[in-house]
Amino acid sequence: MNNKITLLVCDGASCKTGHNVNLISSLQKAISDKNLNSSVSVIKTGCFGVCLQGPIIKVLPDDLLYVSVKLTDIDEILEEHIIKGNVVTRLLYKDPMTLQPVKQQKETKFYQKQFRIALRNCGLINPEDISEYIAVRGYEALATVLAENTPSEVVDLMKKSKLRGRGGGGFPTGLKWEFTAKQPGTEKYVICNADEGDPGAFMDRSVLEGDPHSILEAMAIAGYAIGASQGLIYVRAEYPLAIHRLNIAMEQAREVGFLGKNIFSSGFDFDIDIRLGAGAFVCGEETALIHSMEGQIGEPTKKPPFPSVSGFRHKPTSVNNVETFANVPAIILNGADWFASIGTENSKGTKVFALAGKINNIGLVEVPMGTTLREIVYDIGGGMINNKEFKAVQSGGPSGGVIPKEHLDTPIDYESLKQIGSMMGSGGLIVLDEDDDMVQLAKFYLDFTQDESCGKCTPCRIGTKRMFEILERLTKFEGSPDDLDILEDLAINIKNSSLCGLGQSAPNPVLSTMDFFKEEYEAYAYRRKKHTYSIIADKCIGCTKCARVCPVACISGKVKVPHVIDESLCISCGACFTACPVNAIEKP
Amino acid sequence: MKINSRSELINLRNSLKNKIELRETGKSKEETVEILIGMATCGIASGARDTYNELLSVISEKKLSHVKVVSVGCLGYCYMEPTVQVCIPGKEPLIYGKISKDKALELIEKVVIEGGYLSENLLVKSFDKAGVTYE
Repeated sequence: MNNKITLLVCDGASCKTGHNVNLISSLQKAISDKNLNSSVSVIKTGCFGVCLQGPIIKVLPDDLLYVSVKLTDIDEILEEHIIKGNVVTRLLYKDPMTLQPVKQQKETKFYQKQFRIALRNCGLINPEDISEYIAVRGYEALATVLAENTPSEVVDLMKKSKLRGRGGGGFPTGLKWEFTAKQPGTEKYVICNADEGDPGAFMDRSVLEGDPHSILEAMAIAGYAIGASQGLIYVRAEYPLAIHRLNIAMEQAREVGFLGKNIFSSGFDFDIDIRLGAGAFVCGEETALIHSMEGQIGEPTKKPPFPSVSGFRHKPTSVNNVETFANVPAIILNGADWFASIGTENSKGTKVFALAGKINNIGLVEVPMGTTLREIVYDIGGGMINNKEFKAVQSGGPSGGVIPKEHLDTPIDYESLKQIGSMMGSGGLIVLDEDDDMVQLAKFYLDFTQDESCGKCTPCRIGTKRMFEILERLTKFEGSPDDLDILEDLAINIKNSSLCGLGQSAPNPVLSTMDFFKEEYEAYAYRRKKHTYSIIADKCIGCTKCARVCPVACISGKVKVPHVIDESLCISCGACFTACPVNAIEKP
Repeated sequence: MKINSRSELINLRNSLKNKIELRETGKSKEETVEILIGMATCGIASGARDTYNELLSVISEKKLSHVKVVSVGCLGYCYMEPTVQVCIPGKEPLIYGKISKDKALELIEKVVIEGGYLSENLLVKSFDKAGVTYE
């Protein structure tokens, strides 16, 4: 078995629909025709992530990649590579920058769209075993700064790396540390904001569950840099496994002396405590988070004073997000220049995204800043489910907006997303297809924010409620064209006058969908009822599948008898269309 | 046991590096085979714990004392949970998706014992990373 060559052929949705329908069977046939069955085998695999160059064949154990393989190339690959052992240079993957053929897959940097810094250890090490973290250079960054750097050198290093806050705001981490370090006094705090609350986002949870030690190490480094000896992690009680693993990690770190007194014999003391949150969205806002940790009501207060001046217990406090911390040890070990060499001019490094929605390969991905949405959706995400038409991506959760088709080639970074009315947010990306209703989408997010609004300031408390009511009225076809003006007015006023980030960003989903999909709002406002789906009686076999998937139960009919859609109730969601096995459903 | 200096830490790390090399490249001086299984909340929700337990019982039934199952964090392939990475010395580590409880026996027999592949479940590692480099 050891000498046997294996050909891995991409069977991802994009390649399959593209060009290689017969590639696998033709390859298998050619192999048995040439009596090569004992020396080569063919295996179907998932997506390789370079769909534009498909179909792709990976050869093991040689570890090289043939791209754009046509049926007519099969003979050459078998004759040359398998029988004679010569590489078919013509078909090798070429580096897009140098256009040189790349032999080893390891050398193909661009082939892999993803680059993992924050997630570097997730899925590689056992998070409940500190020795595995040590084996991947764990705690070496902390040991190095304690032995070789002054606190201000650490701050300078972070500034030079140009790391920016990954919680969504994008404030330079080095600057935040510097402000906190410069404050007088000896009682200071490092806080890790693990109150991840966007619907559909799970980046921070994955880091905490997969690599908790990297957060502890980074917090200790931050503590050294700003002169704090106490760290606090604010994590929601809804993440029990993350809390469990953090507790194990803290215990193990204390045992070997990475937390506690006199760490690495340097004289530096640092320990970490956990504070559980009850899962209120507003507590992700740093001032509300601090109040909640102090045992006060989780409501925001006016800034300034910023937490770096007066934070936890009115002492200087640096609040950083989980993903931000996860980058810190890697930056220290590999250098600020290394980190600053990745990404775009103003956004350095990578960003983790929770990729969800109507695409084939949903997952947790980490890409260098500057990667385009098209690459994320089509190369990493493997394209749209059922080859439906791409409509938009929702980014930034309840604080963000939608990015429509015309902006698919926008390179992702803090500024470019803001420019098109969305925001980086914490990293949720929800892909929408032609069936999705943008007004309903905006209503969903407004329902969330008006529910999560803490109620302290009027624009947010009353304004978001009123916005939600208008959206409800519209989607029930009970609104009027005037509603659109009121909605926009309200949105702008709430944005400009709310106390904290929650209110200031809550209208974004409405403003952004109104900007790009105004016609959908107008259709509701002018009560132009959308055409509904209908069933072609001749084709319907009465299988009941459509009736079972209909979310508003408006399809009726007996088994094996053609079904009927009640058009007054149909919400045009398209679920029946997708479910029908015989194409008996007509689109509006 | 306290670790008091950077050099102590690095000595300890060097003694552990074989484990990570097996997972990253498949190079190993030992016989030990490792099966990493993604056990974040989402993996567990998709049945990773059942797969984990089943793998352990198949391994003990077949007396495969050189095979270790390691629970790790999220591998990132949500659409193919539960996911496992099989690390066999001398071979490229490979990731398999949708390894539900009833696939555990087949995975051990076909991949670990026979040295073959589970073609329907094979995933291609689609990321590069800030890896570990040993001076």
